[in-house]
Amino acid sequence: MQSFASVLDVSSGLLLRGLALTVAISIAAVLAGSVIGTVIGPILTYGGRLSALPFRVFVDVVRGTPVLVLILASYYMPAGLGISPGPIEAGVVALSIFCASHVGETLRGALVAIPPTQIDAGRSIGLTFPRMLWYVLLPQALRQIAPNFVNTAVEIVKASSLLSAIGVGELLLTTQEIVGRTFMTMEFYALAGALYLAVNLTIGAGGWWLERRFSAR
Amino acid sequence: MDYTLNFGAVFRGLDNLLAGLLLGLEMGLAGLLIGSVIGILAALAAVYGGRPARILVTTYVGLVRNVPILVLALFAFFALPQIGIRFSNVVTFAAVLAVYAGAYLTESFRAAILVIPKGITEAAASIGLTRTGTAIWVILPIALRNALPSVGNNFISLFKDTSIAAVIAVPELTFQARKINNESFRIIEVWIVASLMYVATCALLAAGLRGLERLFPKF
Repeated sequence: MQSFASVLDVSSGLLLRGLALTVAISIAAVLAGSVIGTVIGPILTYGGRLSALPFRVFVDVVRGTPVLVLILASYYMPAGLGISPGPIEAGVVALSIFCASHVGETLRGALVAIPPTQIDAGRSIGLTFPRMLWYVLLPQALRQIAPNFVNTAVEIVKASSLLSAIGVGELLLTTQEIVGRTFMTMEFYALAGALYLAVNLTIGAGGWWLERRFSAR
Repeated sequence: MDYTLNFGAVFRGLDNLLAGLLLGLEMGLAGLLIGSVIGILAALAAVYGGRPARILVTTYVGLVRNVPILVLALFAFFALPQIGIRFSNVVTFAAVLAVYAGAYLTESFRAAILVIPKGITEAAASIGLTRTGTAIWVILPIALRNALPSVGNNFISLFKDTSIAAVIAVPELTFQARKINNESFRIIEVWIVASLMYVATCALLAAGLRGLERLFPKF
């Protein structure tokens, strides 16, 4: 009967690789999703009712769908269209879309809350709308949604565990493989939970630090 | 792209999909109800209990909110039987949902309690209510009404999280959709239908929540 310590010794490399993939996928999804979301937010707020409509529908559909369904859909659906992405690519796309819809919606809320006098003031000093967005509106709004953004990042890390369902070798699938070999379910699922906890607490702490830096300005 | 849409297979499996949707709603409701009990008790303990109670509740909330629900579900379904706690996969997942919801609901109820002005507590003390009496008869009814929007949003999130039960073979909507996907290869159709079923249900739940908020407005 092996001991937990001996199994851990042998499989630590595997687990670390799974953890690294989890972190890499999460970072990729958060970056891509934030960039796309920062584009969607202003479109939802300032686009006319007609041009904002497809984005409104997109955000509402994505937010109303569970993440697992998004992941499974982006893994299986491309086959019908003739392309065959790998599971990692499909997973990152799904998580990015998830992140983009959340960031876009939250950004919309923050942009709507900016007093319209800001736009008037910007126009009165001759700023074009793109300049207004870049120098006046977005800085305020992005600072406003920073805490919510940290929550979204944590949700993405948690959602990355669902990529195990499509065979991505991230932390949870690696854990399941080790459990499948050694039957030490308690120890390794607890370890996986602890690792996710560590990652998410780090993200939370980073968010605190960023918040303090920005409000000191 | 030579893929012609054919919703036939999906419509043949529609009652399976609807049964799965119903099962998801049932699990979500069970998770919400039990989770609310946990949440109210934990919130009261965190606000009125001493320092050890606050530390316990903060640990519970911090732990459950930062660990993926799939890890919790796999732990409950595969690890707990090794020490004798074994239930069906539906019951196990509903219990995990309850624990998961409890953490989020604790925060909702705690915020709702803390928002109540101190004057209310003082007024209750001035008519002779004990601290427990105040908590049960005065604070709790107000806090429950204040927390309604937050609890409703949590229920919608919880309902979406029930799709994770598909990983432990609970026959809810996502599981049924995946089955139709694997058996009929009608990939695009089945995922569009499944996704729209989730979106429609969430929209209906949100509309219902707005109606409830109008019936029980914030204090």
